[in-house]
Amino acid sequence: MTGIVVLAVAVMAALGFGLYRRTRDGRFAADAAAGDGPTTPTTPTTPAWTAILAAHPDGELGERATLVQFSSAFCAPCRATRVVLGGIAEREAGVVHLEVDAEKHLALVRALDVRRTPTTLILDAAGRELGRAAGAPRRDQVLAALPA
Amino acid sequence: MTGIDPRGPRFTAAVTALIVAAALVIPSANLSALLMFIQGAFFAVGAYAGVQYTPTAVLFRRVIRPRLSPPTELEDPRPPQFAQGIGLVFAVVSVTGYAIGPVLLGQVAAGLAFAAALLNAVFGFCLGCELYLRGLRLKERLA
Repeated sequence: MTGIVVLAVAVMAALGFGLYRRTRDGRFAADAAAGDGPTTPTTPTTPAWTAILAAHPDGELGERATLVQFSSAFCAPCRATRVVLGGIAEREAGVVHLEVDAEKHLALVRALDVRRTPTTLILDAAGRELGRAAGAPRRDQVLAALPA
Repeated sequence: MTGIDPRGPRFTAAVTALIVAAALVIPSANLSALLMFIQGAFFAVGAYAGVQYTPTAVLFRRVIRPRLSPPTELEDPRPPQFAQGIGLVFAVVSVTGYAIGPVLLGQVAAGLAFAAALLNAVFGFCLGCELYLRGLRLKERLA
């Protein structure tokens, strides 16, 4: 009897969590520290780019935006995300895609509070974080979150 | 790196969910222990040899895949392999609970393994992989 109860709870927990994640994954939200919204960054705090540059000294900031993707080896959706972001960087002028290996840069992961892979940060031309999405974003979600 | 058909691990996850659900529903703790032991053996093959070599993966390749359209993209086998290792830990705990006691331990461990397998089968979502970065962050903090 207990086993059936455990099974029922597990089914509901898994379906609830899965449906919740499906609505959240890939959605860009403004970082609380970065400003009021994706289009109006107000607080010129230390740009996220400063920390990223410390881990990736040869990284280059895009003139319009930089898509910083955190990936790890044990991450199936990272591959799809790489394809989406890479394609956008290729087609959109001034947009750069930079992939960071989360496992090798744990200090940066903690500094930017990245919790899972893939996480995509959108930086403006000055290297400030405009927003971030956890989980694989769709092409249209990235395009909508890009600064003009 | 050679990619694998992402539907293979999802099929494996669906079979895993069925086996673990059966272990939870069967009223005999000994039979539950046996089922979780078999599932644990599958996990062990997946974790050590690779997800391409589990019995369900072989079944998928020989019987199911030939009837499907070719995959649109291939997947890195390392994430599901890592997840099989996590599954193995839960299976070992579950077998211990069912065989030695307390049975509730066996049921809770089986329930967690079932939830993870169902998430993978239904949503293609790899819980073990998601927890990987969390685990790394925690490990670094403790070190």
